[in-house]
Amino acid sequence: MTDKKQADTQVSRRNVLKMSAGAAAISGAPMFFTRHAYGADYLNNPGDASSVTLGFNVPQSGAYADEGADELRAYRLAVKHLNGEGDGGLMNTFKPSELKGNGILGKKVEYVTGDTQTKSDAARASAKRMIEKDGAVMITGGSSSGVAIAVQGLCQEAGVIFMAGLTHSNDTTGKDKKANGFRHFFNAYMSGAALGPVLENAYGKERNAYHLTADYTWGWSQQESIQASTESIGWKTAQNVLTPVGAGDFSQYITPVLNSGADTLILNHYGNDMVNSLTQAIQFGLRDRQVDGNDFVIVVPLYSRLMAQGAGDATKGIFGSTNWHWSLQDEGSQAFVKSFGQEYGFPPSQAAHTCYVQTLLYADACERAGTFEPCAVGAALEGFSFDGMGNGPTEYRAEDHQCFKDVLVVKGKENPSSQFDLLEVVEVTPRAQVEYPVDHPMFDGGDLGTCNNGV
Amino acid sequence: MDAILLQILNGLDKGAAYALIALGLTLVFGTLGVVNFAHGALFMLGAFCAVTLNRLLTISTKIKDESVTFFDAYKEVPILEAKFPTWGPVIVDYSVPLAILIAIPVMLLIGLIMERGLIRHFYKRPHADQILVTFGLAIVIQEVIKHSFGANPIPQLAPDGVAGSANVGAWFGMGDNIVYPWWRLIYLGFAMLIIGATFAFLKFTTFGMVVRAGMQDRETVGLLGIDIQKRFTIVFALASVCAGLAGVMYTPILPPNYHMGMDFLVLSFVVVVVGGMGSLGGAVLAGFLLGILQSFASMTEVKAIIPGIDQIIIYFVAVVVLLVLPRGLLGRKGVMED
Amino acid sequence: MFKPSALSDWTLFILFSAAILTMPIWLAPLGANYPDLMQKFAIFGIFAIGFNILFGLTGYLSFGHAAFLGVGSYTAVWSFKLLTMNVIPALIFSVIMAGVFALVIGFVSLRRSGIYFSILTLAFAQMSFNLAYSVLTPITNGESGLQLTLRDPRVLDAAAGVAVGRSLPSTNLFGLKMSGLPGFYICAVMLIIAFFLSMRIFRSPFGMMLKAIKSNQTRMAYTGFNTRPYLLAAFVISGMYAGLAGSLMAVTDPLAGAERMQWTASGEVVLMTILGGAGTLIGPVLGSAIIKYAENIFSAFNTSELRQIFDFMPDGLQQVSVAVSSMFVGEAWHFTLGLTFMIVVIFLPGGIMEGFRRIGGLFRRSDAKAGKVESSAAAAHS
Repeated sequence: MTDKKQADTQVSRRNVLKMSAGAAAISGAPMFFTRHAYGADYLNNPGDASSVTLGFNVPQSGAYADEGADELRAYRLAVKHLNGEGDGGLMNTFKPSELKGNGILGKKVEYVTGDTQTKSDAARASAKRMIEKDGAVMITGGSSSGVAIAVQGLCQEAGVIFMAGLTHSNDTTGKDKKANGFRHFFNAYMSGAALGPVLENAYGKERNAYHLTADYTWGWSQQESIQASTESIGWKTAQNVLTPVGAGDFSQYITPVLNSGADTLILNHYGNDMVNSLTQAIQFGLRDRQVDGNDFVIVVPLYSRLMAQGAGDATKGIFGSTNWHWSLQDEGSQAFVKSFGQEYGFPPSQAAHTCYVQTLLYADACERAGTFEPCAVGAALEGFSFDGMGNGPTEYRAEDHQCFKDVLVVKGKENPSSQFDLLEVVEVTPRAQVEYPVDHPMFDGGDLGTCNNGV
Repeated sequence: MDAILLQILNGLDKGAAYALIALGLTLVFGTLGVVNFAHGALFMLGAFCAVTLNRLLTISTKIKDESVTFFDAYKEVPILEAKFPTWGPVIVDYSVPLAILIAIPVMLLIGLIMERGLIRHFYKRPHADQILVTFGLAIVIQEVIKHSFGANPIPQLAPDGVAGSANVGAWFGMGDNIVYPWWRLIYLGFAMLIIGATFAFLKFTTFGMVVRAGMQDRETVGLLGIDIQKRFTIVFALASVCAGLAGVMYTPILPPNYHMGMDFLVLSFVVVVVGGMGSLGGAVLAGFLLGILQSFASMTEVKAIIPGIDQIIIYFVAVVVLLVLPRGLLGRKGVMED
Repeated sequence: MFKPSALSDWTLFILFSAAILTMPIWLAPLGANYPDLMQKFAIFGIFAIGFNILFGLTGYLSFGHAAFLGVGSYTAVWSFKLLTMNVIPALIFSVIMAGVFALVIGFVSLRRSGIYFSILTLAFAQMSFNLAYSVLTPITNGESGLQLTLRDPRVLDAAAGVAVGRSLPSTNLFGLKMSGLPGFYICAVMLIIAFFLSMRIFRSPFGMMLKAIKSNQTRMAYTGFNTRPYLLAAFVISGMYAGLAGSLMAVTDPLAGAERMQWTASGEVVLMTILGGAGTLIGPVLGSAIIKYAENIFSAFNTSELRQIFDFMPDGLQQVSVAVSSMFVGEAWHFTLGLTFMIVVIFLPGGIMEGFRRIGGLFRRSDAKAGKVESSAAAAHS
């Protein structure tokens, strides 16, 4: 085995420091893993090193591995652009921006990667490795809200910035929000608020909705949001049935829909659950049915193109919402699709987009703050308004670290012109319509706390 | 009433899947005495036989979408369909049932290789070793599939003619509310056929007789001068075909992905044990029983009384059955109790 | 270590303790000397040692031990939330709580043996997992995992007048923060205690009794001997070990998630134990360290790092090396793990410890016979 050697060449410089610091730590000095013993005012201060390390923590195994792989591609692209390589991508359209293409604060950007396995424990272990061993100043990633919340909590305790990747639960910037954590992705409430009017236009006010909901926190928060929004347009809620995560075969939950008198099925599922429940619901002929003169319809509130691929033809004509889609024609989206497409040969997913944008936003905040110190970077991100990143004018709200921007309502395309052309954007819901007060009941109960520099 | 009938259908359908997977598992337990944690991977490999055949049949000419300039977006026109417009599309349409023809030799071969190359050396080893080595093998197979096909599920369509639902209620004059997907009915029938064929094979052929004798008392059969080893190899290959076919036929119901085998593994073990180790009838009975109970436990009316019962029903039933009947429903004494 | 007969237990114990306590130094060349991974080594070492007391001694293969780990974690976090951030009550309550759970589950499951026992334990653990993930969310906080919040009461801390700021408190041992190296040392001390206890159990009449049950339970039963209380005691002890491991996970990182109880987590400890060598004292610790090392270090290599590693090679060779090695590390680390399981079981039926024994045997031809007896004894579990 050569791993001994590999690891050795890789971290030898740090190890020398660590070993000497380790001896000190045994006698009770807890600061041994800050790399610079003198004047370290925050954890993993790169000091006068020529590079700075970011930690990309994505699922590489399990159901979200493809999504994770796409996130990682986006991160690599972002690092390239930050270091002044490639065509610069969104750095050309992002305003106001302090990014110069010479790394961050003149330091070359390096990165380490890890596998979250879509499990909180593995994700935290992986993030800890990045912080403790590799000296990462920022952790980013995620493809599941449970994992994102767990890693966000860890970053708060450890004292580094966490830039959330794909996480859609209200809790990430609600009940479980943290001062060191920031989310660019939209959330379940926004999905509901954006979908409501579109559903009203398409399907009218007289609907009776049957919810199938993944039985865990994200599912509940999504269901709650959609129910509130559809009831406000006059729909009734026939039933909300909770389904075990990873049920595989959903037939026993779908057949009761047939006799329920409902004319709309809302699938609060994501990932494989969504692929399976949607495929099976269509096999049961739900969409061929008529209930009291209404055509039966299905809605999937959170869509992703990667998942739409898994469901194949089943997604045709089905409404949902998404954070971003590669077919958008604005300057920023085009720039991103161009550099991603030329690099990898296919368009980026919404997960890739949010991860790329988060990396640039972090880098820009460091430039504006003039330091990597988490509290200063956090302060620079709070209340920051920007444009040109593909979502139109966007603001990081200071009170809960949630980005507010337009939300896309999409529909499965009936006649795709290519293998990537699966969703069409039906409406861009303006920001004002999806905004909510910080103390909205669905987001209540959390506290940002104070930011933590880790020392 | 309609709801209950539908849940019975659901349960039968689920049970058919459980029973089909458990059948091969228990056959290998009973004859070879091997705990095969790679059995789920065989199920998954079967499913990917269907995916592969579909890929082969739909090898396409790619027509570039000129509106997209940053990368290659293209519309795929399957060559087979373009060249032979009359029967090409029909073949593609029937790719899942056709995959059965591919899966039988492929799974037979995989089974043979697995038994000859690995399993055979583990007959006399402790069950813990068998578990570890087959679990390792399952991971390796999984990773190879993930490497070649990605992690996302890959949809497979049932043939057009049976893609919709059958109005089962109308057949029996019970109104229009009992509709059930054709493909699931076909799956149920197919499972019955395979199960029946396996039973008939073991019951009525000399080969089957020897295997059954071997299940009872391996040493004595060996002493009779019968090459039990060779027969065990074939049994293992048959079990692998069973799992593979279950996988092929399941693809339109559940878009296959690389870890679908692992998802079914634990469940099929529970089915086998509840049925009684090494008992074929037990596995089938337990499969259908657990399928039906799971369907009923998922009804809102039931969940209103016991919240979360659908999450645990299978395991709960397993505990109760094993406490009341020490060797499962139809288990024999002395199998796998060491 | 290779030949128990040559080394007295005390020598083994002292060597073991020294090796554990100096981990921050000798793990440095392996790139594994950062606190979190060393904590994991110690914690999963405890878990596997406990599992080995049941499986290695009695041959009863539990497939649901992760449930006790989860119970330990939840209890510890609740102790932090309700009582105090001091780790002592958390550790005590967790071990007790896991013991109670193990008593109940063991009492029922031990009515059966063999694979029936395995499936019973699996069923209980899966029920715990599924419920913790969904219906029991008020207690477990479901998918997000049970975390500390600023609004927790922490009655003992409040009574002692510990100031509550706007940032979350950290776990401590009478003021010493339990993150980083101090966290590792408390895990290490617990591991050493756990190892010592397990050694005493292995050598005690109780341990002998358990081994006797393993070699032939029927015969034991014929002699009119009731084996059940002994088995139950072993089961509860090993459940308490799991509870201790679970609470240490919460001590070093105050979060408890449901997936800790999933069957894959139970399977992991089985694999750790068999990989290292079931029935041996050191084996389980080794096995757990290898799996955790693979999970944390192998999974982290990406192509740019590989390129750096093979930098010294000429261009073409470098590309080949990167391509070949990337088949085994990074996102393919599961592949390596699966392959390792297979290779170890095929060639070293007694786990890694048997490998050591064989190497030892090469050097000491004269003792070869003794080694053989040892290894066949170790391999005779089932």
